[in-house]
Amino acid sequence: MNESIVQVRNVVKHYRKGREAVEVLHGLSLEIAAGDFCALMGPSGSGKTTLLNLIGGLDQPTSGEIEVNGERIDQLDSRALSRWRSQRVGFIFQFYNLMPVLTAQRNVELPLLLKKMSARERRERALTALEIVGLKDRAKHLPRELSGGQEQRVAIARAIVSDPDLLLADEPTGDLDRDTANEILDLLGTLNTRHGKTILMVTHDPVAAERARRTVHLDKGSILEAA
Amino acid sequence: MGGMLHLVIRNLTRKKLRTFFTVASIIIAFILFALLGGLNRAFTAGVELAGADRLVTQHKVSFIQPIPVAYVSRVQSMDGVRAAAHYTWFGAYFQDPRQQFGLFPTELELLDDIYPEYEIPPEQHERLLATRTGLLVGEAMAAQYGWEVGDRVPIFSTIYPRIDGSYSWEFEIAAIFTGTGNTADEMQAFMHYEYFNEARQFGQDTVGWIVTRVEDPDRAEDIAEKIDARFANSPTETKTSTEAGWMAGFAAQFGNIGLIVRLVLACVFFTLLLISGNTMAQAVRERTGELAVMKTIGFSDGRVVLLVLAESLTVAVIGGVIGLLLGTLFVYGAASALAQFFPGLAMSAGTLGWGLALAVALGLVTGGPPAWRAARLRVVDALGRR
Repeated sequence: MNESIVQVRNVVKHYRKGREAVEVLHGLSLEIAAGDFCALMGPSGSGKTTLLNLIGGLDQPTSGEIEVNGERIDQLDSRALSRWRSQRVGFIFQFYNLMPVLTAQRNVELPLLLKKMSARERRERALTALEIVGLKDRAKHLPRELSGGQEQRVAIARAIVSDPDLLLADEPTGDLDRDTANEILDLLGTLNTRHGKTILMVTHDPVAAERARRTVHLDKGSILEAA
Repeated sequence: MGGMLHLVIRNLTRKKLRTFFTVASIIIAFILFALLGGLNRAFTAGVELAGADRLVTQHKVSFIQPIPVAYVSRVQSMDGVRAAAHYTWFGAYFQDPRQQFGLFPTELELLDDIYPEYEIPPEQHERLLATRTGLLVGEAMAAQYGWEVGDRVPIFSTIYPRIDGSYSWEFEIAAIFTGTGNTADEMQAFMHYEYFNEARQFGQDTVGWIVTRVEDPDRAEDIAEKIDARFANSPTETKTSTEAGWMAGFAAQFGNIGLIVRLVLACVFFTLLLISGNTMAQAVRERTGELAVMKTIGFSDGRVVLLVLAESLTVAVIGGVIGLLLGTLFVYGAASALAQFFPGLAMSAGTLGWGLALAVALGLVTGGPPAWRAARLRVVDALGRR
């Protein structure tokens, strides 16, 4: 087995709901090996997205440790986390979350604006990423001129353009029809097998989960089993 | 840098009509700023430009009360006085009574002693002194009315009828002066007091005010006091002040122009602040999710602040610069049309500088609160709402 890229140790996460503190994750531990394609399943409110957000450095645990690529991200401040996210992790959302005013190419270039890079180099890398997802010919199209599946491909290109080791996908096929969803899952599989990306995918869809090498079930903030 | 600029421009053009109206409101506010700035300068130009070595003596009660012409020689004889000459407001207009201009009966032979900044060609000066109805006009005024030396022109007085009851006074354009110094005001004219005094129906041997040029500007205040002391307890007491002070008092008759201008502008910009502040806040609120995505992919709080501020600054500075440019064009366009009323109507570098600073401040103030909110935005909350 490959070395772990993600190590979650005894993580507890509280949220405040009014005066009340609600514990969403109860001392959860999880390891994901480098190069793995892991599906995270569970009912609504089980803590899947919370766990994904913690691993992606979008939120901080109340207690416990989170180590990604050998770095304790639970100890980073907001600024360092931003820098870390821009370099180490790519995000894929259910609703694509593209900038509606930017073309596909400019959307993919967005993470590269944070790097010291010439406009030409940015453009070339964005086009390469679009080529990987099969949308190079739509580089100049605005999101509204693309289908849902194409928008998700652009979002995936944006997630991989900085060449991160880890991709975090939150219901990436949740807004797509079955055929398009299969295409996106094929693409994620290719990124995993051919490009070596580690993928952690939150999904409700058992068909999607079947495409992963491993499925982790969450319920009420705890891991039930790992298949 | 180029990529961020592209993002700013694309964000600003996503709702073109809204951006257009916001920029338009800023443009109008800055046009007003430029116009009022020019007007303020017109009212205060006389104060700024007045000679430091000149005193003005007027009737103690009011500028419109005459003083005896005999006072001039008494002032001339005082210690420390280089020269003294008198002037009277004629209330002149040429053809159009709505366009009055400054025409001053005076002792023309003394003009150079008081206002050395006025330059008159020697042969014209001789002609002026030799012609009883001779008129000395500024070059700008001559150009405006198309007058040339030798022309005979009728000029009307709104105050002084001639002995025959007519308000029309015949003049010959005898000389045209040009200003060589800052105080030069070429939109005025001078006539012989003797002609004026003999031909007018009333007010003989009185004058409007006396301008005294002192030898030592440091003694100006002292000499002013001595002049007033000399005429104290007489039927016509005087009030003497420096020319700058007199100009300021004259401008103050219209009210505190600077204060009025500042109050009007404060109201305009406060309203503008509310309008563009609300627009910016709305524009950013609509993009909460997009900002959350940007933060997700690694944009720091600082970068998000800069992005929002760059948008508000771009709108404010573009609107401000266009408004100031248009305002400047209006001011210069109005300057020639209103030259007889506001000879100092012009745009100063100071006004433009303040305008630009105001535009930047407007951008920062309107962009500040939404930028702050964007910086404090919690990605998890914002994404969860989508």
